Amino acid sequence: MKVIELNESVTESNDRDAQELSSQLRGRGILLVNLMSSPGSGKTTLLKRIAADFAGSPKMAVLEADIASDVDAVRMEEAGVTSVQAHTDGMCHMDAGMTRRGLEAMDLEGVDIVFLENVGNLICPAEFATGAQKNMMILSVPEGDDKPLKYPLMFSESDALVITKTDALPYFDFDIRTCEERAKKLNPGLRIFPVSAKAGDGMKELEEWLKAAVTEIKREK
Amino acid sequence: MHEMGIVLHLAKTLTQTAKEQNIVKISHVTLEVGEVSGILTDYFSDCWDYFKGRSELLKDSVLEVVTTPAVTWCDSCKKTYPTVKYGRICPYCGSGETWLLYGNQCVIRDITAEEE
Ligand SMILES: Nc1nc2c(ncn2[C@@H]2O[C@H](COP(=O)(O)OP(=O)(O)OP(=O)(O)O)[C@@H](O)[C@H]2O)c(=O)[nH]1
Ligand SMILES: [Mg+2]
Ligand SMILES: [Zn+2]
Repeated sequence: MKVIELNESVTESNDRDAQELSSQLRGRGILLVNLMSSPGSGKTTLLKRIAADFAGSPKMAVLEADIASDVDAVRMEEAGVTSVQAHTDGMCHMDAGMTRRGLEAMDLEGVDIVFLENVGNLICPAEFATGAQKNMMILSVPEGDDKPLKYPLMFSESDALVITKTDALPYFDFDIRTCEERAKKLNPGLRIFPVSAKAGDGMKELEEWLKAAVTEIKREK
Repeated sequence: MHEMGIVLHLAKTLTQTAKEQNIVKISHVTLEVGEVSGILTDYFSDCWDYFKGRSELLKDSVLEVVTTPAVTWCDSCKKTYPTVKYGRICPYCGSGETWLLYGNQCVIRDITAEEE
């Protein structure tokens, strides 16, 4: 018998799959954005807004991950965006293998940016790499500005934080400044975009950031 | 289901490692799980026992889960304290400006391979 010290993460093989997927997408000039949040924070609404504003340039597609339904994929298709529904078969997150299979089922011809709408949950999706080059999380105003304290991992793993439903600020004790400070403490490089996907406020800055990320991927290709 | 998901990842990582190191049978796995990893260890072990039967490599293996303590850092008074006992509020100064230092990890510490 032989004892082998590993001291490696349980998700080691997933991390490797994710890295491989990420570089393959890069080679095709495609940016994959992993979108994470609690259920109902406004992911689908935000994506519909972005699709309308992009109007085909950059060309976007959406991989909807859900435990079982396909409501969101139908909503995206209605908005004229190529969309595929991936089912996680009861799992609370998407991993790199599921993301790869979802992407294989999509027509990515000419697509510049793919959003992965991850399962609604602030814990599990942050623990599993998907192959995305950018992680973006949404926190909506009604959820409260204490979420960085309660779910630190997702804030640490994200490149961008979108604080959405800002049109509802007058009705909630949500302090954007406090939330920003808490989030920056966990992740000093985090980009923060307060938006209202409903009214359109702040969308331009977020969309500029996304476009710049697409350009960067194409340059590195 | 979080536990089943992690079991699948664990099995995949072990299978890959075994392939790289020419191991055909694993008899023991030590997993280090932080107190606040969110993993229910009993449930995790049940998932493991259910799953390992499907794999030649793992079917006779014993899973040992070692739980390690979680520690939180208070940014106001610069002290550390046990997370599970006091939660988010610092017991020394009452501040809520606290961050988890460690205790949410899930790491494969070692494996025991049966030799040919
Ligand atoms: N006031 C306001 N409501 C919003 C905004 N964005 C989304 N909503 C509302 O929030 C609710 C949930 O929005 P969705 O876009 O379905 O949220 P989701 O995150 O995709 O939900 P799941 O996929 O079910 O997790 C809907 O009733 C939206 O109309 C916003 O900017 N302002
Ligand atoms: Mg949705
Ligand atoms: Zn303190």
